[in-house]
Amino acid sequence: MSATDAALQAAPGQKARGYWATVGRRFSRDKVSMVCAAVLLAIVLAAIFAPWLGLADPYQGSMVRRLRHIGTPNYPLGTDELGRDMLSRLIYGGRLSLLIGILPVVLAFGIGTSLGLLAGYLGGAVNTVIMRTIDVFYAFPSVLLAIAISGVLGAGVVNSIVSLTIVFVPQITRVAESVTTSVRNLDFVDAARASGAGAITIMRVHMLGNVLGPIFVYATGLISVSMILASGLSFLGLGTKPPEPEWGLMLNTLRTAIYVNPGVAALPGVMIFAVSICFNMLSDGLRSAMDIRN
Amino acid sequence: MNAPLVDIRDLTIRFTGERTVYAVNGVSLSLGEGEVLGLLGESGSGKSVTMRALMRLLPKKRTVISGSVSVAGQDVLAMDDATLSAFRGRTVSMIFQEPALALDPVYTIGQQIAESVKRHEGASDAAARARALEMLELVRIPSAKRRLDAYPHEMSGGMRQRAMIALALACKPKILLADEPTTALDATVQIQILLLLRELQREMGMSVIFVTHDIGVAIEICDKVAVMYAGQIVETGTLGEIVRTPQHPYPQGLLASTVHGARRGARLQTIPGTPPSLDAAPAACSFAPRCAHAQQRCTERLPPDVVLAPGRTVRCVLAEDSVAVS
Repeated sequence: MSATDAALQAAPGQKARGYWATVGRRFSRDKVSMVCAAVLLAIVLAAIFAPWLGLADPYQGSMVRRLRHIGTPNYPLGTDELGRDMLSRLIYGGRLSLLIGILPVVLAFGIGTSLGLLAGYLGGAVNTVIMRTIDVFYAFPSVLLAIAISGVLGAGVVNSIVSLTIVFVPQITRVAESVTTSVRNLDFVDAARASGAGAITIMRVHMLGNVLGPIFVYATGLISVSMILASGLSFLGLGTKPPEPEWGLMLNTLRTAIYVNPGVAALPGVMIFAVSICFNMLSDGLRSAMDIRN
Repeated sequence: MNAPLVDIRDLTIRFTGERTVYAVNGVSLSLGEGEVLGLLGESGSGKSVTMRALMRLLPKKRTVISGSVSVAGQDVLAMDDATLSAFRGRTVSMIFQEPALALDPVYTIGQQIAESVKRHEGASDAAARARALEMLELVRIPSAKRRLDAYPHEMSGGMRQRAMIALALACKPKILLADEPTTALDATVQIQILLLLRELQREMGMSVIFVTHDIGVAIEICDKVAVMYAGQIVETGTLGEIVRTPQHPYPQGLLASTVHGARRGARLQTIPGTPPSLDAAPAACSFAPRCAHAQQRCTERLPPDVVLAPGRTVRCVLAEDSVAVS
C-alpha cells in the first residue's frame, strides 16, 4: 500500500489516466513493437501515397527488359516476367494486399464481437442458436472455407473480402463468447446489477470493457492469417485478376521464373512474410501492454 | 409499531434443473429501521440465497420463488425491470464477500462510484465525481483524492472492501445487505471494516442485514440474530438472547464449538454429522439426525415455530414443551 501511495504522491501534477492511455504508454515502451509498427507504417504510407512517389508505371512492361536481377540500374528490385518494375509493383501491390488483409478482420471484429457478446451474456436459447450456427462454419478448415465461398461467389476483390470475413466471424465470435461467459459470472456483474444497472448498461459498460481487450489482441493476430489467405486466393486465381499488382498474385505469376531469377521471384513472398510477422509481433506487444496488472 | 422496513414471509426458494435443490424453506424475517440483523449459519444454509432473493438477483429461469418479500412497502417479487433497476442500489444495496471480484477491473474506483450516482440521481459528471470523493473520505480511504483514479488491482484487500462499501452506500440506501464482507480479509482488517460498518450504519441510520458464518463477527455488529439451518430459520432473538440463552440445540452447539468462553485445556465441542442434502423439501426437523436431544416426534413432523416473546422464536419441539409447561 505504502509503495503505491508514494508513487501516487510523487506525481502530483499527473492527470487521471484512462485504461487505454495507460496501455498506450506501456505499448510505446516496447521496442520490438515500435520497430514493427514503424515498418508497417512505412509500408502502409508508401502504398497509400504510391502515385506521388515518382515510381515507374506498374503496368508498363517491356519485352527486352524481362526478369532483371535485383540491383540493376533504374530497376533497384529488378523486373518481373513481363519486364515491369518490381519496386513499383510491390508498393502498388501493398494497396490491395493490405486492404484484403485488414478489412475482413475489421468487419469480422465488429460482427463477431456483437454476436459473441449477445451469445455469452444472454445464454440459453440465444447462445445455442448463435454458437451452433458458428460451429457449422468452424467445422471447415479456414483455407478450404475461403476457397469454397470464393468459388461460389466468383473471383474478385470484393468477393474475397466477403469470403474472408465469413471465415473470420466464427473464430472471433468463439473468442468473444468464451471471454464474455467467463466475465459474466464474476461478482462485479452481480454487483453492477445490485446497484441497479440494466442488461444494456451491463453489456455496454462492463462486458464490452472487459471483453474488448482479448478480442482485439486475437483479431490483430488474424490480420497476418488474412493476408496469407488472401494471397492464397489470388494465387489460385480466386482473388485479384492480372494485371492488377497484388502480392499473392505476383507470387503466382513469378513462380515460373523461379529457376531464372529466384531473388525477384521471392520478393512478393518476402513482403507477405514481413507484414505478417509485424502484425503478429504487434499483437504480442499489445497483449502484454494490456495486461496492466503486471 | 410501524410496519417493518423489510418483511419476508414464508419465503421458499427452489432451484430447478438437472437436480432440484430446496435452498430456502419457509423463511420469515422482519427488520425495522436502523436495525442490524445478523443472518448466521454454515455454508449452504441458505443465507446468501435469501439475500439475493431480497434483491431479485437469482437467475430467473432456474429459480422458483414463493412467499412474499416486501421492502419499504414495495412488493419486490412483483417488480418489473425498470422498477427493479431503480430499487437496486437506491433502496437496497449490497456488498460482497470477495472485493477483488466485485469491482470491475477495467474501471477506476471513482468511475465505478460515479456511474452508480449518475444512474440513480441523474447527477452531472462533476457532481458524481464529487460524491465519489466524498464517499471515499467517508469510508476513510487515505489520500482519497488520488484513490479516485486508482484501479482495483492497485489497492489492498481492505482498501478494496472500503471502496466496495463506498460504492454500495453512494446513493444512500435505506438497507445494506452485507454478504460475508469480512470473510476474505485478515483478522485485523476484519475488525476495522466491522467498526466502520457499525459507525456508518449509525451515522446514516441504515438498516443492515449481515450474513456471516462467524459468531464472533456477529457479536461485533448485530442487534438481532437469526440462525439458519438447511434453508430454515431455527432461532431468532436479540444478540444477547442468542448468545447467552440459546434455546435450539443447533445454536447451542455452535456456541459450544467456539473458542470464546471455552475453558483453557478443554477440548472444543463439535456438532457431529454433516448438514443434510437439500434434495427434498423438509418433512421433519432437519437438524434431528445431528441432535443430541432428538426424539421420535422430531423425525415425524416439522417442528413448530414457537414464539417465546415478540421477536423471539424457536423452531424446536423442546421449546414447545417449555412453553406448554409455563
